[in-house]
Amino acid sequence: MEIKLNNLTKVFQSKKQEETIAVNNLDITIPSGKLIGLLGPSGCGKSTTLYMISGLLKPTAGSIFFGDDDVTTVPPEERGIGLVFQNYALYPHMTVQQNIMFPLENLKVPKEEAIKQAQDIADLVGIGNLMNRKPVQLSGGQQQRVAIARALVKKPRVLLLDEPLSNLDARLRLQTREEIKRIQRETGITTIFVTHDQEEAMSISDEIVLMKEGIAQQKGAPQEVYDVPTNLFVAKFLGTPPINIFDGEIKGGILYVGDADLGKSKLKDQEVVVGIRPEGFKVVEDSSFQAHVEFVETIGRDTTLIIKDPHTDEKRTFRAIVDADEQIKPGDNIKLSVKPHKLFLFDKKTGEVLK
Amino acid sequence: MLEEKHNIKAWFYLAPALVLLIIFTFYPIFNAFFLVILKDFNYLQGTYQGFTLTENFVHVIRNQNFAQAMINTMLITFVSVPVSVVIALLVSVWLNAIVKLRGTFQTIFFLPYVTNAIAIGMAFAFLFNRDYGLINTAMGWIGLNPVNWVGLGATWRHAMFSLLVYVVWGGMAFKIMVFLSGLQSIDKQYYDAARVDSTKRSRIFRKITVPLLSPMIFYITITSFIGAFKAYTEVIGMFGQRLGPAGNDRALITVVALVYDALDRSGVPGALSEAAAASIILFSITLVFTLINMQVSKKRVHY
Repeated sequence: MEIKLNNLTKVFQSKKQEETIAVNNLDITIPSGKLIGLLGPSGCGKSTTLYMISGLLKPTAGSIFFGDDDVTTVPPEERGIGLVFQNYALYPHMTVQQNIMFPLENLKVPKEEAIKQAQDIADLVGIGNLMNRKPVQLSGGQQQRVAIARALVKKPRVLLLDEPLSNLDARLRLQTREEIKRIQRETGITTIFVTHDQEEAMSISDEIVLMKEGIAQQKGAPQEVYDVPTNLFVAKFLGTPPINIFDGEIKGGILYVGDADLGKSKLKDQEVVVGIRPEGFKVVEDSSFQAHVEFVETIGRDTTLIIKDPHTDEKRTFRAIVDADEQIKPGDNIKLSVKPHKLFLFDKKTGEVLK
Repeated sequence: MLEEKHNIKAWFYLAPALVLLIIFTFYPIFNAFFLVILKDFNYLQGTYQGFTLTENFVHVIRNQNFAQAMINTMLITFVSVPVSVVIALLVSVWLNAIVKLRGTFQTIFFLPYVTNAIAIGMAFAFLFNRDYGLINTAMGWIGLNPVNWVGLGATWRHAMFSLLVYVVWGGMAFKIMVFLSGLQSIDKQYYDAARVDSTKRSRIFRKITVPLLSPMIFYITITSFIGAFKAYTEVIGMFGQRLGPAGNDRALITVVALVYDALDRSGVPGALSEAAAASIILFSITLVFTLINMQVSKKRVHY
């Protein structure tokens, strides 16, 4: 089921008549059968968008299409969606089986059939042996699976997940996000999930939509968005450790950060914001980009250098991830070069990428 | 050492309530069990003719009003409690659903709680008045003949009906307040989840609201049963000392009224023990029903 959002807008009005635009003219198409991550910092309107797709919130303007059906005014009970809430909203007084069967009973599925379907879906998400437990007797990860099973059991056209992993511990989070990916692949249901965790979104989404202040910033395959950001916000939001930002200047076709020469540029002379991914540095024999290493963190195969930034601000440091083979000690003075595809230039005023 | 210190402090904090409870609750209960085994106890002279286990209870049961008192008390309890709990539940669900004027309606429904029971009783006696009562007037509009609800020579059945209406109405305020606060503490996400899963309203009420409210419903049911077994003020409020419509005196007598009747004769030897026996009978009935209630609800209450 392809989902199309046309100029979707949601304005919240407070009691004092103050207006907050939570979602501003959102115009995106979500391809059928894919797993889409709605990503952004808190308050960016991603959950609001999800709840408008579910029908629990009414859009102020714009329309929502499921395939060819305009569902903008269709109430949630008729949309055929499965929704997993942030804190799961499992009915505490019902067993796992009763929770999963609840949507089927609403659809008047015969009892035998409902029990069988509930068991099948519970097996799919890996909780088939917990059917007689109450939600309080389950761990967070198990509760989350029950919530997914309950959302999936009625074979929804669309599956919506609101911050599904935020209540899980780090280890469970890794495990469960792969589980979500697997379940989505096996069922082939168009799935939208909301998260503020870029790593989570990048790791399992077929596509991500990055939002800020109610406006979609960029949409695309995670690696593509990471590699070709359209603006400074996107570049900063994606990646751990985050992208390094410098003040730069183009003079006579050469890009400078302070007095370091970072190579040629076809852009006209101007001040720019320079973004360099931590993995975009190379330690070289000779370069005008000199750096003083403050600390060295070696984690597994990577070595992260925490480097004093001599070109812009004495107090600031930035990070460079280099090959673990490099023998660098704290206090060393090194020379760096920059991989061109890991360097981005942004307009100083608008933050838009300059090409 | 530390533990002990805490203990002393705790007792100190408990003392004011404990002292009052001991004087006005525990001692009287203990005393009732003591009085009930005395034979022909004369409370003015402090004399008694030996001990007995059954005699005082026999006096109570042989009382010409005992059967009527039991019937009335049971009827008031088993009609008014379920009816008022169900109506209060529906009213609070409705109150919780509306947005406009919720505060106003909340106040209206809560008014009976802060109004004197005797005053409400008098107002109800007037509502049910044969000649100028609102009930008969309203019945007249739809072509029904006026009924002598509570007036001179009113039948037991009509008087009891009027009393039940009053008891149900008077007991609703507190129940609504408890249910409403219970409803407001239910996470709204359960309702969103139910909506997304296409749940019918009636099913949401039965399968989600009632179970999630069950601790409150249980608490209200238990306390209402206990309260209803002690029905007395309501009868006084509506019918006065006669405990029934004029010409049909004592028709609406209750078990608590038996206790007071016996106390009125406290100068007579054995009367005080009879009052104690009546109150112990009531205590036992209440205890048994509360235990049954707790047993029945064990599987239905979800904490």
